[in-house]
Amino acid sequence: MSKSLLYDATLCIGCKQCEAGCAEQNHLPYNERIAAEEVTSDHKFTTVMAKDDKYMRRLCMHCQDPACASVCPVGALRKTEAGPVVYEEARCMGCRYCMAACPFSVPKYEWSKVLPKVQKCVMCPDRIAAGKQTACAEACPTGATKFGERDELIREAQERLRANPGNYAPHVFGINEVGGTSVLLLSSLPFEQWGIRIAELPKDPLPLYTYRVLSRIPDFVPLGGMVLGGVWWITHRRDEVAEAEARERAEKEARKNGGAR
Amino acid sequence: MKFKFTFWKLVFAVIMVLGGYATVIRFTQGLGASTNMNDQYPWGLWIGFDVLCGVMLAAGGFTLTGAVHIFNVKRLEPIVRPTVLTAFSGYLLVSTALLYDLGRPYRIWHPLVMRNPHSVMFEVAMCVMLYTTVLSLEFSPIVLERFHLHKPLKFIKAALVPLVILGCILSTLHQSSLGTMYLIMPEKLHPFWYSPLLPVFFFISAIAVGLAMTIYESSLSSRIFGRQLELPIIRELGRILLVVLSVYAILRFEDLLHRGVLGRVLVPQYETYFFWLENLLAVIIPLILLSIRKVRTSPAGLYLTAVMVVLGFITNRLNVSITGMEGWVGRHYMPSWMEFSVTAAMVAGGFALFGLAVKHLPIFEDEHHNQQSQPAAQKGVIASVEVATNAGD
Repeated sequence: MSKSLLYDATLCIGCKQCEAGCAEQNHLPYNERIAAEEVTSDHKFTTVMAKDDKYMRRLCMHCQDPACASVCPVGALRKTEAGPVVYEEARCMGCRYCMAACPFSVPKYEWSKVLPKVQKCVMCPDRIAAGKQTACAEACPTGATKFGERDELIREAQERLRANPGNYAPHVFGINEVGGTSVLLLSSLPFEQWGIRIAELPKDPLPLYTYRVLSRIPDFVPLGGMVLGGVWWITHRRDEVAEAEARERAEKEARKNGGAR
Repeated sequence: MKFKFTFWKLVFAVIMVLGGYATVIRFTQGLGASTNMNDQYPWGLWIGFDVLCGVMLAAGGFTLTGAVHIFNVKRLEPIVRPTVLTAFSGYLLVSTALLYDLGRPYRIWHPLVMRNPHSVMFEVAMCVMLYTTVLSLEFSPIVLERFHLHKPLKFIKAALVPLVILGCILSTLHQSSLGTMYLIMPEKLHPFWYSPLLPVFFFISAIAVGLAMTIYESSLSSRIFGRQLELPIIRELGRILLVVLSVYAILRFEDLLHRGVLGRVLVPQYETYFFWLENLLAVIIPLILLSIRKVRTSPAGLYLTAVMVVLGFITNRLNVSITGMEGWVGRHYMPSWMEFSVTAAMVAGGFALFGLAVKHLPIFEDEHHNQQSQPAAQKGVIASVEVATNAGD
């Protein structure tokens, strides 16, 4: 039962109401200058990009198995049952591994601040908990951004694609990419033109790549200890034996000499 | 002689002043004002060099303590102390550099209580913390001896073998995990460097650099402190280095071959140049040099090879953390002068720490033997193996 967003570029008119709604919800400044910025940043969590009359919206994809949450050493980022990937500022020590690991370069940093935090779309968890839709979905006048259950939205996206194949790039982004995301995208232009590199994104959840190695550590520690301990025992035992033999030989010598006397 | 001394002091002072200025800017105005890091390059020189290379350069600590105390290679005993000193000061500097890089450095202890066992960074943090503790204990006999504290000395000596084993395990874990950190970025890191074997490469190259650093440091301190060069020892290290580098080279080649990337190493391209710079310096030329008997047995040859290996693997770490990302990002990253000067201050601090420790602590165990033969030492007379062997245990 996880909530998702479906963005359908063919319904988008580029009015940027989603941007304004997002800024208001997250207490961020919003004006014409910021509206013109077509990149997400520490003061802009979602953006609508335009190429003539074609649009694409970017925001946190809220991965099903998010790399950012997996890499965070202090658990400041977390995937909630309801769908959003949320951030707990009080835990964050600012290592920025989440930014390095995110395949969509979503987490942004407050570089200009002395005590910065990570900033990103958190999918309005408070609104969702209160049974409401996200601020961006509520602000959207055309239904280009739609809020709902992930399964239902996937079905709907596939139906739209089937009904009007000519209008869309033939792909629902977010069903399989990096193990699936809670934000689904339908594009009118090829995704690559928006800088969304489908071919380079693996289908496996990214945390698997590190988990495969990390999961071996619990076995490695006792095994490594035993091997090294064994090596120590053997190498030093050799010395001991050599020493004992030398002593024995000396004693024997001494006894022989004593007997002869 | 006197001029040289003043010159290096001047260089040191300049580096420290610039580093100090950068430190003030960093902590009063933030990362944006002091560095060229940004949302595309959340990690810059301070992670790429100060942390990745810093930890790698300090790998001699576990390599040498393991070889001497676990594998019982007694010949190497005389250089354990300077190597543990290098490792200890290395880890202290890495921790200091980390305080610059963390956005909220005063929360550096958070991983201790807010654990996420799925995070490689969490594992690295724990290992580095624990290993620094182990190193401080491995280093402590030197301090305890200096102040004639024999009781605690006994305790440490009794616990030495388990400590060394723990140190080796912790080092294996975090040296390799620094490579594992990048496994989660298959789409970002260029295929020259992204490999499922990254943790293995990081580990083997750490051993190689640990050995090379020990050769470098022995050669350098013999010159600076007028000590005898333990030629048989660094020859031994050179021999081990040859083996370790060969293993690394074979694995690296096989890995490129099996991932189908080998064809791309001849395509003239930005990444290709850095790939060749790295591998010529770190692997190919050192392997050729070390295969030549004359080079492998001469102090100058070993010194040159060691410096190349160190520089080559520094290039490797920077390639993984910076060069390999540039294609994905689509633009270059060049550290700011303040990033450079903080890094330079860390390196200079490392040299200073080493020098101070050598001056005030019994680092070189055969010092007493040397004092009589100082003039001879300057002519590069070889220390006898006898002295080396007896100095330990």
